[in-house]
Amino acid sequence: MKLRIDNARLLDPSTEQDITASLCVEGNRIVAFGKVPDDFKADEAIDASGLWLMPGLVDLQVRTGEPGDNACGTVASEARAAAAGGVTTFCVPPDTWPVADTPAVPELIRRRARQAGQAFVLPIAALTQGLEGERLAPLHALKNAGCIAASQANRPIRNALTLRNAMEYAASHNVRLMLKPLDVDLADSGVAHDGPVANRLGLPAIPASAETTAVATLLLLAEETGAKIHLNALSCARSVELVRDAKARGLAVTCDVAAHQLHLSEMDLMDFNPLFKVLPPLRSLDDQRALRAGLADGTIDCIISDHTPLYADDKLLPFPQSKPGISGLETLLSLTLRLVESGELTLMQALKALSRNPAQLLGIDGGSLQPGSRASFFLYDPDARWTLRADALLSAGKNTPFEGWEFSGRVVGTWFLGKNVFKPASQDA
Amino acid sequence: MRLTEPDIQLNAQKKLRHLLTLEGLKEHQLTEILDLAETFFDPATGDLKKVPLLRGKTIMNVFFEPSTRTRTTFEIAEKRLSADVVNLNIATSATKKGESLLDTLWNLQAMGADMFVIRHADSGAAHFFARHVAPHVHVLNAGDGRHAHPSQALLDMFTIRKHKGDIYDLKVAIVGDILHSRVARSQIQALSILGAREIRVIGPRTLMPSHPEALGVHVYHDMDRGLEDVDVVIMLRLQNERMSGARLPSEKEFFRLYGLTEKRLARAKPDAIVMHPGPINRGVEIDSAVADGPRSVILDQVTNGIAVRMAIMAVIFSNAAQLQQQEREA
Amino acid sequence: MKLNLDVNSLLDTLEANLREDPIMGKNPHMIGIRSGGLWIAQQLHQRLGLETPLGELDIAFYRDDFSRVGLHPTVRPSHIPWNVEDAHIILVDDVLYTGRTIRAALNEIFDYGRPAQVLLTTLLERPGCRELPICAQYVGAQLNCDQKVKLLGPDPLELHLIEDKEEVA
Repeated sequence: MKLRIDNARLLDPSTEQDITASLCVEGNRIVAFGKVPDDFKADEAIDASGLWLMPGLVDLQVRTGEPGDNACGTVASEARAAAAGGVTTFCVPPDTWPVADTPAVPELIRRRARQAGQAFVLPIAALTQGLEGERLAPLHALKNAGCIAASQANRPIRNALTLRNAMEYAASHNVRLMLKPLDVDLADSGVAHDGPVANRLGLPAIPASAETTAVATLLLLAEETGAKIHLNALSCARSVELVRDAKARGLAVTCDVAAHQLHLSEMDLMDFNPLFKVLPPLRSLDDQRALRAGLADGTIDCIISDHTPLYADDKLLPFPQSKPGISGLETLLSLTLRLVESGELTLMQALKALSRNPAQLLGIDGGSLQPGSRASFFLYDPDARWTLRADALLSAGKNTPFEGWEFSGRVVGTWFLGKNVFKPASQDA
Repeated sequence: MRLTEPDIQLNAQKKLRHLLTLEGLKEHQLTEILDLAETFFDPATGDLKKVPLLRGKTIMNVFFEPSTRTRTTFEIAEKRLSADVVNLNIATSATKKGESLLDTLWNLQAMGADMFVIRHADSGAAHFFARHVAPHVHVLNAGDGRHAHPSQALLDMFTIRKHKGDIYDLKVAIVGDILHSRVARSQIQALSILGAREIRVIGPRTLMPSHPEALGVHVYHDMDRGLEDVDVVIMLRLQNERMSGARLPSEKEFFRLYGLTEKRLARAKPDAIVMHPGPINRGVEIDSAVADGPRSVILDQVTNGIAVRMAIMAVIFSNAAQLQQQEREA
Repeated sequence: MKLNLDVNSLLDTLEANLREDPIMGKNPHMIGIRSGGLWIAQQLHQRLGLETPLGELDIAFYRDDFSRVGLHPTVRPSHIPWNVEDAHIILVDDVLYTGRTIRAALNEIFDYGRPAQVLLTTLLERPGCRELPICAQYVGAQLNCDQKVKLLGPDPLELHLIEDKEEVA
C-alpha cells in the first residue's frame, strides 16, 4: 500500500522543517518528505491543500480503565479517542486494577492495544508492589514485559529511604522513573489548591509545598543516585524553578505539565464543579503563567493529557468526594495550540512538547516525518471552528471541564503505521 | 471563554431560590430576611408566633452529619410556619456511592419534599444537591463541611442588630478555629455584606486559613490586642479533635492564650456583647463567668435562630410564588 | 380619580351604628386591619373613646394566596396588646370585597385566643363579589361590584377609584 499526501503544510519538529509539499508512505513507514520520488506510484493520493500534517502525538500519561474493576473505558475505546485527538502513542500509568506490578498486566495492555491497532500503547510498571510504596516491584521482569518506565502514579512513596532504594534499583537496570511529585502528608487529604478560593469555599487544601518539597526531594535523590527521572504533571511555579535550576546544574531530569493546568486555575472551582477536580489541583494564575513560561524556555519538556476517563457517577458527588481527573485526550492538541495562537509558544515548540520530546525521552521513534520514520501522523484543518461537546467525545469518559469551549482547528485524519485510523464522522477525507 | 454557571441559588428574577451561601448576596437580600424575622415576634410577649404560611409544604431535614441542636431549631421554625416536617438522619456510610447519594435525594423528592434542609460533612454538598433537585424544590444549607452555614450567620447578624442597632460601623472579632469553621466563613461574609467597619479574626496560625486577606479580615495572634475596642466578640467552638495534636498543644494552653475571661473582655468596648454559636466548651474557649454574664447574648441567639430560619424559608417560598405568578402572567 | 364620597360622613354613620350596638356595653376592644382598616379603626377608636388600646393586625402571614403571590413586601408584626380570650372585638377594615381578608384576620385573631364575639364593620362594601360567607354588621356605604377603590391616608383619608391594572388593597 502506497500513500501520497500532496499540498500539505508539513511540520516536522525533528528537523524544524515547515514546508508545503508532499509526503509519501509505503507500508508503515514514511519514504519521502517533500519531494515525491520519480518511481513512487501511489495507490492512493490525498490532496491536503490548506491542511497541516504533523507527526502523531506522544502522550506520557493516559489511563484506559483496562484492566480495571468496572472502571470507565478500555484500551480500545481510549485508543479511538487518542486517534481522534491526533495521539498515536501513549503511556499507561500502573494504577490499573490489578496494579501493573506483574508482567501479566503490561502483557494484557499490549495485547489489547495490538487488537485495537490504533495506537502504540506503552505500559508503565509499578515501582512498588501494589503501589503501596513499601516493597519493590519486579522492575526487570516488567521491563522485559514491555514496560517503558516505572511509576507510582498518584500514590507516591512516603518513605524517603524506600524512594532512594527504588531509585538505586531502577538506575541499576536502566529503568526510567516517571514520578508525580506529591508529599501525601502535606497534602493532608486536601482537594483543592491552598489559595484564596479554597479558603473562601472551605475546601480542604493542598499547599504548593506538597508538590515543591517532593520535587526537591526527588531532584536531590536523583542527583545522588544517578537515576533517570521524569517528573509528571507539575503544577506550581516553584516546581518549575527547581527543575530549571537542576537542569542548569546538568542533572538529567525531564518533566511535563498537564494541558489543563495551562488553561484552568483555582478560580474555576467557584461553583464546586467536580469536573474541575484534578490531581495535582488547579493552582493559581501565577502558577499557570509560570508553567507556560517553563514550556516556552524549555524547562518543561512535554505536555500530557493526564487522561482519566471517568463515569458520570464518579463525578456525581459533592466536590471533595468526587474522583479527580479529566478526559483529556481529545483536547490535548487544541489546548496546546491555543498557546501558539496567543503567541506564548511557537508552533515548533508546541509540536516538540507534544511529540518529539516525549518520544526522545522514552527512547522511541516518534515526532518525526523524515524518511524511515513510522508513518504515524495526522492531518489538521487550522480553519475548522468547533465547539467542544462532552457527549461527542469518543472517549468512554465524558468528564471534561471544557464543555462549550470554542476551538479553531481540528484533526481531520489520523494515520497509525500507515493506516488511516480516524476520520471525522461528518467528513469523507 | 469560561462558561460560569449563573448563580445557582438565585431564580430567574435574581431572588433567592436556595440558600447555600451568603457569598455574592446583596445587602438588601440579607436585610429582607432580618426584617422579616422581626415580624415573627409578638411585640407584646416577645414570643414567636405560629403562622400558617407554609401549610401544605413538606420540609425535609436531611442530616448526613448528626446535630440535634441545629436540627431542632430548624424543626421548630418549620412547625411555626405550619409546614409538614420530616427528619432524616442519614449515616454517611449508607451513601458511599454517588448513585445512592443522589438516589436518596431523588427518592425523598418523589415523596413530595418542597424543601430540603441539608447538613453534610463535605464542603460544596449543598451546591451539589441544589444542582440536582427538581425545579420546584428548594435547598437550605444547614452547614456543609467547612464551607458555609448561612442561617447561623444570619441569626448572628440578627442578634447583633438587635443589641447594637446598625452593623455598619461595628468592629467585630471572631476568635478560635477559623480554618475549619463554616460558621466563621459565613459570619465574615455577612459582616462584610452588611458593611461592618472591621472584621478581626483571632487565633494561632495553625487555625487560620492561608490567605485571610481573601476573606477580608485582619488577623491577630494576640487575643488582648485583637479584642481592643471591639463591639462584638464571637467565640467559636473548638472541636475536640483539634484540642491537642499538631495544631494546638493542649486545651489548657489554648484557654490561656485565647479563652475569653472577664479580664480579657475588659479590653473590648464597655458595652461589647459576647456571642457563641454553641454548644459552648466552658473553660476551653470561654469562661463560665463570661458565658453566663450580663454581656453574653448566647441564649438570645438560640431564640433568634428560630425566627431567622422562619424568615429564610418564608422568603424562599415567597420568591417561588412570585416567580410562578410572573410566569402565569407572561 | 377621587371618589365622590366623604370619608368623614361615612365615619359618622359607622360611629352612630356602633354606639347603638349592645357591644358598647361589654367593654369592647377594637382591631384594625393594616393598612386602610387600621386608619379607619384609629378614627373610630378615638370617636368612640374606647379605653383599651387599639389592636393592629397584619394578615400577610395568613393570606390564602401566599403560594400564588408570595409575601407582601412591607409586612410588619401584628400587635394585639390585650388578651383576646373572651374579649368582645370590633374588627375594622376599609373595604369588604371577597371576604378573604376577613377570613385571614379571623384566623389570626383565633391564634391569639377565643374571643367572646367579633363584630365586623367596614367603611365600604362591594356586594355581589363575596367568595366566602362573610358579611359586615355595619358598613358606611355600598359600591358597585366593579368599582375598585383604594383608601389613601392616613391624613387626610381619601377614597380613590382605581384603574383595572392596579392591585386592590
